[in-house]
Amino acid sequence: MSYALREALAAFRRAPVLTGLASAMVGMALYVVGLFGLVAYNLQTSLALLEERVEVVAYLRDDVRTEEIELAVAELREIPEVRGVEYVSKDRALEDARAEFPDFQQVFADLEVNPLPASLEVELQAGSRTEENVDRIAQVASAFPFVEEVTYGEEWVDRLFTLRRIGALTALIVGTAFAVVAALIIGTALRIAIFARRDEIYIMRLVGAKDAFVRRPFLLEGALAGLLGGALALALTWLTFRGVDSFLFTIAWIPAAWAGAGVAVAVVFGVAASSLAVRRHLREVT
Amino acid sequence: MIELTRVSKEYPRRGAALRDISFQVGKGEFAFLTGHSGSGKSTTLRLIHMSEKPSRGRIRVAGYDSERISPREIWKVRRRVGFVFQDFRLLPGRTALENVAFALEVTGTPGKLIVPKAQRLLSQVGLAPKAGALVNELSGGEQQRVAVARALANEPVILLADEPTGNLDERATKGIVDLFFQLNAMGMAVLMATHDLELMRRRSHARVLELDEGRLVFDSANPDDSGPDSPTGRAS
Repeated sequence: MSYALREALAAFRRAPVLTGLASAMVGMALYVVGLFGLVAYNLQTSLALLEERVEVVAYLRDDVRTEEIELAVAELREIPEVRGVEYVSKDRALEDARAEFPDFQQVFADLEVNPLPASLEVELQAGSRTEENVDRIAQVASAFPFVEEVTYGEEWVDRLFTLRRIGALTALIVGTAFAVVAALIIGTALRIAIFARRDEIYIMRLVGAKDAFVRRPFLLEGALAGLLGGALALALTWLTFRGVDSFLFTIAWIPAAWAGAGVAVAVVFGVAASSLAVRRHLREVT
Repeated sequence: MIELTRVSKEYPRRGAALRDISFQVGKGEFAFLTGHSGSGKSTTLRLIHMSEKPSRGRIRVAGYDSERISPREIWKVRRRVGFVFQDFRLLPGRTALENVAFALEVTGTPGKLIVPKAQRLLSQVGLAPKAGALVNELSGGEQQRVAVARALANEPVILLADEPTGNLDERATKGIVDLFFQLNAMGMAVLMATHDLELMRRRSHARVLELDEGRLVFDSANPDDSGPDSPTGRAS
């Protein structure tokens, strides 16, 4: 086993409470990031389901001719972001309404004239359901002279996208804040480790060990702290997921790639944080 | 081997520790560096070891120049210059062998060569029988021998010693100084800081450099340059 790995492991053995506490604190900090990942993933999944319902409906005047409808359908289908256009006749609109609102059967039966307009339902491609696309397609549809009104749930589409932006921004800010806290904790733990091993470091430099060699055990220690912290955070996030999923409401577990990436990021983060701390604190040992 | 040219060292609080000193120590030479406490002996040794940079002047050590060497390359100087101290600076709780092996390991000696080489170094300083003893259980003289063995780990061409006998009794002092002279006889340049005038009298053939308040006031290699009140001049 190399000196660096042996010393990094020895640091955990020599001061198990301190290094364990450091890993636990890193784990707790990353756990919050993990919780945000879980919330973000489920929010994203829910938003994606909501987004699927985003469609543009163009209500047609009663005197519209069939060839005009065919022309409009063809033109709308040529827009790359459009997945499909469906013509809903007045009769089918009434049928759908009857099926959708069974409590109003009597009202529908008493109707002498069908009051519902025919419409064109424009469905967007997955991944193209942005505010801008929806707006643009709504404008194209409005431009047809036989279109009376275009709706696409402007308000809730706007809210949906605003919610998504707020979610991403919150995750970024809180994640960054906790990452900074985790970096400070790793830095403090390493400072203590460097102080505990100052005699060895002094002698290493005295006899001519390269700086990279002196630093390596501490970088490995940071990587181990990151790995343990990442694993702890993952375990805590999973326990939380199980608890919520079993006792509160159904949620989805984050994809394995997210979990793997999270632990990998924790390790890289541990190395980066320890690198900064080691550079700074090794100067104190001369 | 060692060349100081108009070297000064100033500290922000303490002020001048060395003032414009110049001297050379050649290959295979033995020199005592003497002077009162605070005269600048330790500072001189630290500058030669490149643990610190001079405020002014230039230091050349074993082919390395203080003005040209980058901080990343200092380790190269350290491997050419062994250093022992008054307080030994060993790792407590480890054996004599482990202390020497540590120096070998951290400077890149291949794993299977570490223990045999550490044993050989301990034999060289006459401490082979105590290789397995914890250093804190050894006498002062023995601990200093471990420190010397460690300083020899990278086969240095220069040995610096900062008051190495300051904590030793007379017998142990003699043993350590004899050891330094043996190493010197093998071609190693030795620069030993001490204020033990008696020791220098007994080794009167060795060169003496004397510092006083950061100035080089006496050099037995150039006695004409020494000041009239040189204590060592009086001693010799």
